[in-house]
Amino acid sequence: MSDRVTFMLDGHRIEAYRSQTIMDAAIEAGVYIPRLCHVPGLDPWGSCRVCTVKVNGRPCAACIQPAMDGATVENDTDELNAWRRELVEMLFVGGNHFCMSCEKSGNCELQAMAYRLGVTAPTHPYLAPERDVDASHPDIMLDHNRCILCARCVRTSRDLDGKQVFGFVYRGAERRIAVDPGVRLKDSEADVTDRALDACPVGALLRKRQGFQVPVGGRAYDHEPIGATDGEAEGAPDGASDGESLEPAASAGREAS
Amino acid sequence: MSTEAGTRPRIATVSLAGCFGCHMSLLDIDERILELAELVEIHKSPIVDRKTFAARCAVGLIEGGCCNAENVETLRAFRDHCDVLVSVGDCATMGGIPALRNRVPLKECLDEAYLSGPSTVNPTGRIPDDPELPLLLDRVYPCHEVVPIDYHVPGCPPPADALWAAVQALLSGEDPVLPYALLKYD
Repeated sequence: MSDRVTFMLDGHRIEAYRSQTIMDAAIEAGVYIPRLCHVPGLDPWGSCRVCTVKVNGRPCAACIQPAMDGATVENDTDELNAWRRELVEMLFVGGNHFCMSCEKSGNCELQAMAYRLGVTAPTHPYLAPERDVDASHPDIMLDHNRCILCARCVRTSRDLDGKQVFGFVYRGAERRIAVDPGVRLKDSEADVTDRALDACPVGALLRKRQGFQVPVGGRAYDHEPIGATDGEAEGAPDGASDGESLEPAASAGREAS
Repeated sequence: MSTEAGTRPRIATVSLAGCFGCHMSLLDIDERILELAELVEIHKSPIVDRKTFAARCAVGLIEGGCCNAENVETLRAFRDHCDVLVSVGDCATMGGIPALRNRVPLKECLDEAYLSGPSTVNPTGRIPDDPELPLLLDRVYPCHEVVPIDYHVPGCPPPADALWAAVQALLSGEDPVLPYALLKYD
């Protein structure tokens, strides 16, 4: 059996390795699929569902769905973007996101995703949950009000920092990020140099005394939508006619399993 | 638009639980304010100081959310008298800074402000309760959780260009769709 599969993504032919996810294949081909919890280089998590695509008509999270030979995948459609807008709106009303006073504003992926999807105001009622701020660490702040439970810090701390500083406690609406039970950040192994801090897409994990250093106008998403440069960096599908192959970039060492 | 031929469309503006920053941003359209004055009649607004509606308006611009009973009454009057209602700014669209109190019970907020705050001097030990004072709501609500809102222009404040673009679109009978650079929450 060949270790390569081919599928159609919004009319473009995409080649992938068998076992590769639709998300990874799309990233290699330079096609942007909106995402919050997925980061290339981390194990897929599949919690935010913003990357929901339709595979042969069925909704799937692209970050955890393996590419299937001959599949037809829809990504950038009005219907899917409306679902994504709904998901992002629910993330906003489910937490306490005050962009106007947040240090992450302008560099926040949740905010940027809402901009990209054209959210002017959530349509659901705000839940205003009671959440803590852990400012015990001299150099790091953990603000649960802004956390969207993407597990990027959990995975980065575990897999890249080799520390396992963060984990989840409780379930459902009570679910939240925690360091060891009963332990505050200052008593954990967390360090200001941890890559886990950079992994946070929102303003939940911040280095202290770093906020507002970049003026409005110079921040990541002030002028360009999130995902706008993904295609450029890796060969945009622009100009690729229907059926034209978008060869995946060479990926040494990536074998079909 | 509810204007007779030959008359300028009326617009109304108000600041509810806001800081007037959005009105400042509206004034920040600079010399275009002369154009605005020729395009519309400002019917009821802090700028003209009319207390109640005397005519129906084409567009109502709402700054601020609802933190007390008077805000709700005013907002409902705007809904009743305006064809198109626009939430302007983060306080109107999501509660904004006043909504920071939504995580604290109202009684705790009042106790902190009037009884137990570190800088509070209040020998009577009373929380202001004059009947003239509007009753505070249990929490601060964005406008669309109180009355139906037609459009939202977020921002803290929205850029002057965003307000100008929105007003121009509405006066032309179009949906105010903000370009990427003008859709901001900060």
